[in-house]
Amino acid sequence: MNIHQFDVIIVGAGGSGLMAGLYASRNAKTAVISKLYPTRSHTGAAQGGISAALGNVEEDRIEWHTYDTVKGSDYLGDQEAIEFMCQEAPEAVLELEHMGLPFDRTPEGKISQRPFGGHTNNVTGKPVSRACHAADRTGHMILQTLYQQCLKNNVNFFDEFQVIELLTSNGKASGVVAIELATGELHVFQAKAVIMATGGHGRIFEVTSNAYAYTGDGAALVLRKGIPLEDMEFFQFHPTGIYKLGILITEGVRGDGGVLINGKGERFMPKYAPSVKDLASRDVVSRAIYTEIRAGRGVDGSNFVYLDVRPETVNKFAEIDGRTNPDGTKYTVTGEQILKKLPDIIDFCRVYLGVDPVTQMMPIQPTAHYSMGGIPTNKYGEVIVDDHNTTYPGLYAVGECACVSVHGGNRLGTNSLLDLIVFGKHAGLKAAEYSSRVPFEDLPQNPEANVKNELDGLRQGSGKESVYDIATDMKKVMFDLVGIYRNEKDMQTAIDKIHELQQRYSQVKIVDTGRIFNTELINAWELGNMLQIAEVIAISALNRQESRGGHSREDFPKRDDQNWLKHTLVTKQGKELKISYKPVSITKYQPKERVY
Amino acid sequence: MLVTLKVFRFNPDVDKKWHYETYKIEAPETDRILDLLEKVKGHFDGTLSFRRSCAHGVCGSDAMRINGRNQLACKTLVRDLGDKITVEPILGLKVIKDLIVDMEPFFDHYKTVLPFFINNDPLPENGKERLQSPEERARFDETTKCILCACCTTSCPSFWAGETYLGPAALVTAHRFIFDSRDQAASERLKIISETDGVSRCHTVFNCTMACPREIQITKAIGELKLAMITGKLD
Ligand SMILES: Cc1cc2nc3c(=O)[nH]c(=O)nc-3n(C[C@H](O)[C@H](O)[C@H](O)COP(=O)(O)OP(=O)(O)OC[C@H]3O[C@@H](n4cnc5c(N)ncnc54)[C@H](O)[C@@H]3O)c2cc1C
Ligand code: FES
Repeated sequence: MNIHQFDVIIVGAGGSGLMAGLYASRNAKTAVISKLYPTRSHTGAAQGGISAALGNVEEDRIEWHTYDTVKGSDYLGDQEAIEFMCQEAPEAVLELEHMGLPFDRTPEGKISQRPFGGHTNNVTGKPVSRACHAADRTGHMILQTLYQQCLKNNVNFFDEFQVIELLTSNGKASGVVAIELATGELHVFQAKAVIMATGGHGRIFEVTSNAYAYTGDGAALVLRKGIPLEDMEFFQFHPTGIYKLGILITEGVRGDGGVLINGKGERFMPKYAPSVKDLASRDVVSRAIYTEIRAGRGVDGSNFVYLDVRPETVNKFAEIDGRTNPDGTKYTVTGEQILKKLPDIIDFCRVYLGVDPVTQMMPIQPTAHYSMGGIPTNKYGEVIVDDHNTTYPGLYAVGECACVSVHGGNRLGTNSLLDLIVFGKHAGLKAAEYSSRVPFEDLPQNPEANVKNELDGLRQGSGKESVYDIATDMKKVMFDLVGIYRNEKDMQTAIDKIHELQQRYSQVKIVDTGRIFNTELINAWELGNMLQIAEVIAISALNRQESRGGHSREDFPKRDDQNWLKHTLVTKQGKELKISYKPVSITKYQPKERVY
Repeated sequence: MLVTLKVFRFNPDVDKKWHYETYKIEAPETDRILDLLEKVKGHFDGTLSFRRSCAHGVCGSDAMRINGRNQLACKTLVRDLGDKITVEPILGLKVIKDLIVDMEPFFDHYKTVLPFFINNDPLPENGKERLQSPEERARFDETTKCILCACCTTSCPSFWAGETYLGPAALVTAHRFIFDSRDQAASERLKIISETDGVSRCHTVFNCTMACPREIQITKAIGELKLAMITGKLD
């Protein structure tokens, strides 16, 4: 048995885990464990930008960013945490620059910013340039920069180690058990503090922008320990995924003037969001696309529409909208500028669609993108277990697997990268501080026994069912029945089907009996997590009888603040999932109707 | 289309020697090679192992030799290749299992070029960003795109000849920092890459540039490094 001891263990090496690692390692013996090489983490896929009211290209204010985020969240975000995040944003972005992040620059040499959905000048109501960007690969630059800084600061890494269990002793986190993928050996990591930074779970849906690694491991591990998950019904469908493949086309395309066009050749967003049009928040735009498709106005009557960023289209609609540059001149673009601003997007379209966005329109459909829900925490990343904000000692969560909640019912673009940096830092600091004043807890007897049983159980399954087939069925059920539009009947069907799939899963067949890189075994284990998370999402969604943010009920089409201005908590008790609630923190902004 | 997919197989838990397996798969021509591998794993043989994550060419997990050329399995489509496709691990790194190779030597080389921003001056007094003009920023844009997939390094005959050669990917990283106007460690990095296993072992074969899935002009970047070493100038 391999036993390691660290003050702080971080599970996950994406933006949030690396930021936490950087800060925790300054004051505590820290290790970062990741199932992928750190630079393969999904933060590297983020395209558009990271938000901060720097005001580098036009007037902007922290209060505007705060209000936009509250409104974007459909008033479900905790306002105290949102104020904190937006306040910290400028410093967080500048810190990245100081670490060497190669942001694009304004003519004066400052960090360049572009408009993004839902970010506005609160006086004029017009879109504001708040997204700090490095071409259309901002996340890649963040991931690289943070990893590089971790190397510079000698942070310990365990690469390609997959955490299979969270260890707890006396009601406190006491470590993790991981499998070393290259050897199949188990390792026990004893720790005073454990920070979960495992990312999201979009792979439960058929069409998604998310990586294969997005299987909800962290959330599932925590749920099994009797700790709740919060607001899991809120999952964001990004309006513009490449048709069928789901690969993301950043909102930055619309920020730069791209527009959505239906099968009749009409620009339709002004009907749904008269003021900011194509730059309304994501839930609004995704529903608009679906409404067009359902009304038979998809392209060729099919289930996709076009995103058009050809210069002539952009210039035509910029003129109609009266869009101007910050200096007051008319906004226009050339093909060359598009190429320069969106190199990766153009590359994706050429490779996967054989389409050149400078001269052709891109076929798109909404794609499952981001989990607003997750492991409940306060603004220091400390995991919360109930409606009184009681913390679970030694346990922290950050990034997409966490729910602070700053995104509430719907996340604004660019606010996730910000969330990683701000809360990653604070969780790292807090965990290190905590570990300096508590002793190690004793590990449970035979700490690896559960994991051994679990993996052996999978290996010895009765062998009728295929991981691939169960996964395919789950993805379809979730996308079709618990997707953008939801209703009671569909969701009840989905829950029944997930239970059936869970039954089938107990008889899954694994042919690979080896130890070294047994990816089949690992995929099967991950599928167990996904089925668990899918069930939590469907049950939370069925329970919430209103429409808010990314959760749209056909049978309850209105937001209902009277009954539902509260967070959902789901806890696992035995096999049952139990629902309870937690109040929303409201400071300055009283809920009002949300129009764009 | 009916694709004949030939895959390099080696399972250290059971095999003494590697071999090839052939699979016949019905696939639309828009399928990625990664989709084919997933289908093999799902329907034919669960033991087939390979790395993957993002599935759209940005994480660098799935560099492979596909029809003899280093490419990302997720960024290469059936229609680019036709109905006869051979997939093998990248060369020059030890095969661990099937298409998975030992990446440690590759990352070790990356780590030798001081792959992190260095500037020991005090931060700007107003706490704001260090200024950099769009032209200065453009100077190293190309080399910031690297995703460390190893397509370039493992296509290079100098690397095949001896694993100690830093290889194109590490040099690309060195370039990204050396030509960043804000960084201060250019001379240290130039010294590191001028040693025996550095740039001098690049014989301008261009394999790296051809292999790069991010279309980085690697040979050009290495040329700029060579020039900087000779002239001591960075423009
Ligand atoms: C295509 C795309 C574009 C996006 N664009 C933007 C954008 O422009 N702006 C924005 O703000 N947000 C954007 N987002 C959202 C944002 O990028 C993600 O929410 C964020 O990067 C998640 O970061 P993270 O640190 O939580 O997780 P990740 O970066 O995904 O890292 C998760 C880590 O956990 C590890 N891990 C997982 N499970 C285990 C386990 N069991 N054991 C060990 N390690 C484990 C993984 O190896 C990985 O290192 C985008 C998302 C996508 C998919
Ligand atoms: S899977 Fe990420 S590059 Fe291919």
